[in-house]
Amino acid sequence: MELVYFYILSFIVVVSAVFVVFLRRPLHNVLFMILTMIGVACLMLQLEAEFIAMVQLIVYAGAVMVLFLFVVMLVNITQADLLSQLSAVRGWAGALVAFAIFGVILTVFKVGGQTAAPQAQAAQHLTNTELVARELFTTYLLPFEVASVLLLAAIIGAVILVRKGR
Amino acid sequence: MISLPELTFVGILPALLLCAAGVVILVVGWFLRRGVLVVSCAVGIVGIAAALIANNPLRFANDSAFSNMLAVDAYSWFLNIVILIAAGLTILMSVRYLEDEGIAMYEYFVLVLFAAAGMMFMVGGDHILMIYIGLETLSISIYILAGGLPESVKSKEAAMKYLILGGFASGMFLYGAALLFGAAGTLSLTGLAKHFQAGQVGLLAKAGMGLILVGFCFKVSAVPFHMWTPDVYDGAPTPLTAFMSVGVKAAAFAAFVRVFFEALTQFQVDWTQILWALAVLTMILGNVAAVVQENIKRMLAYSSIAHAGYILIGMIAGGKAGISGVLYYLLAYTFTNLGAFGIVALVGRKGEARIMLKDYRGLGNSNPLLAVAMSIFMFSLAGIPPTAGFIGKFTIFSAALAQGYIWLVIIAVLTSIVSVFYYFRVIMKMYMETPETQPAALQLSPATAAALIISTAGVLYIGIFPTTYLGLALESVKPLF
Repeated sequence: MELVYFYILSFIVVVSAVFVVFLRRPLHNVLFMILTMIGVACLMLQLEAEFIAMVQLIVYAGAVMVLFLFVVMLVNITQADLLSQLSAVRGWAGALVAFAIFGVILTVFKVGGQTAAPQAQAAQHLTNTELVARELFTTYLLPFEVASVLLLAAIIGAVILVRKGR
Repeated sequence: MISLPELTFVGILPALLLCAAGVVILVVGWFLRRGVLVVSCAVGIVGIAAALIANNPLRFANDSAFSNMLAVDAYSWFLNIVILIAAGLTILMSVRYLEDEGIAMYEYFVLVLFAAAGMMFMVGGDHILMIYIGLETLSISIYILAGGLPESVKSKEAAMKYLILGGFASGMFLYGAALLFGAAGTLSLTGLAKHFQAGQVGLLAKAGMGLILVGFCFKVSAVPFHMWTPDVYDGAPTPLTAFMSVGVKAAAFAAFVRVFFEALTQFQVDWTQILWALAVLTMILGNVAAVVQENIKRMLAYSSIAHAGYILIGMIAGGKAGISGVLYYLLAYTFTNLGAFGIVALVGRKGEARIMLKDYRGLGNSNPLLAVAMSIFMFSLAGIPPTAGFIGKFTIFSAALAQGYIWLVIIAVLTSIVSVFYYFRVIMKMYMETPETQPAALQLSPATAAALIISTAGVLYIGIFPTTYLGLALESVKPLF
């Protein structure tokens, strides 16, 4: 039964990813990208990674893609603009490179050798989310705090870029 | 109830002080209207001096902090000093530049300080995640600064290019990290080393290693991941270009060395071969392309690519000798390149109108002292005694020879000879040629003069008395071996 769900979800993810590439209108591309994200979130749920699934939904499907949607609607790119950018040769070259990378990744995972279980020991009675929180505030405390410096720099940058010259 | 791990702040205190100075500037800058640049510069310098003092205990420590996220050791000590020098000199020479350009942007100093803090986290990072966060902190600050000239289209283009290609490189780095995590189940450098020593080295781990290598090579601008360098160096504000060319390079090389010599020693045979090829390509392309440049910022950009190639030789040679050579080279390069770009910023004048080689004609007459300083920097870049650049090249090349990389050293020496041509062209222009119209002599502000004096003195001092500094570099690489 699990396998059936997996195939259904994978089908949705792959087909909507194909639509993202091949549909003509940017708005549709973005909408199908959201569907891909939601599909991936469901796959994560199947792997019992409910925290990652929720983050995937909130951050990617929610925040990032809505931002994309805003940009697409505000900028209002027409078909002609997009197509004039892309010559046929470039398109085919891109496709070739994409397939080459796909092949390499596939080989790496097929004959890549053993993967190891995470070394951090999971306590049995904790849920996924609790464990993430525990790790974030103990083992990964420093990167978590330094990320705040990173975000502050990014905020300053956003202010500088939109401000008119003084 | 979550119990916090033991917190020891010795390791992060220097970076913490830089962040604190940044926040102070942010608050003070809001209230001040006049003299805001001078005040923020002063606060920045105080922060950097405090960080230099706080950095001292690291020299005798060999420890890790924050549940093995950060290494507190002499290696970080040495490179933190390099980064602090780079940040300090950059801040000193930025004041005049920003005043000339009419940009009262105190955030500039904040971002330089944050970038330096990010570099320190990257240098000290004992965990790939920590290194990544440090890398992003410094990259985001630099992306913003590169686009910092409000009226310049070139500056915006530089920022955009750097952002997109930098994002791509970060993606590569992260993908590599993910594959390594899949192979070893951990991202801590010691954990990775332990796992691979147990003998499980699969294709998965090798692919991860390759992708991480690409990420680092992008940041140190090694060929074929160098394409962004000339455009970004050319478009960015000149003092910032100086900071990028030394600070980012030092931090990236530091993390590169730490990751590859601490965690991935089992793959040394593989990555040495890759680096060999990259070093040869980098030296040849960097030096040959620099010959045909007429714009001095682009010339120095290609020269910085070439120097990345020389530093890679130190990594290929490996061992204490090679890596201490890398550290010494980074220190020497910091003084030299900051000084050279400092003069480029001065000669460029308002709007960076005069950044072609021909604008250097007659500088020997109009500003004799500046011309002497510039000649010393060019000598050092070309690797001519008694400058620091010579000792740097000498240590790295002899380390490589001792390991039997004869062809590599031959190529390096030949390309260095090519480089003499374009470095001496600058000197020739300054002394042998006269311009049609003699521009007014340049006036130095005290801060700029201080920055130039420090870098000239640095180049000469560590070049003439290298023993102490080579000894310190040798002492600093002990934690890695």
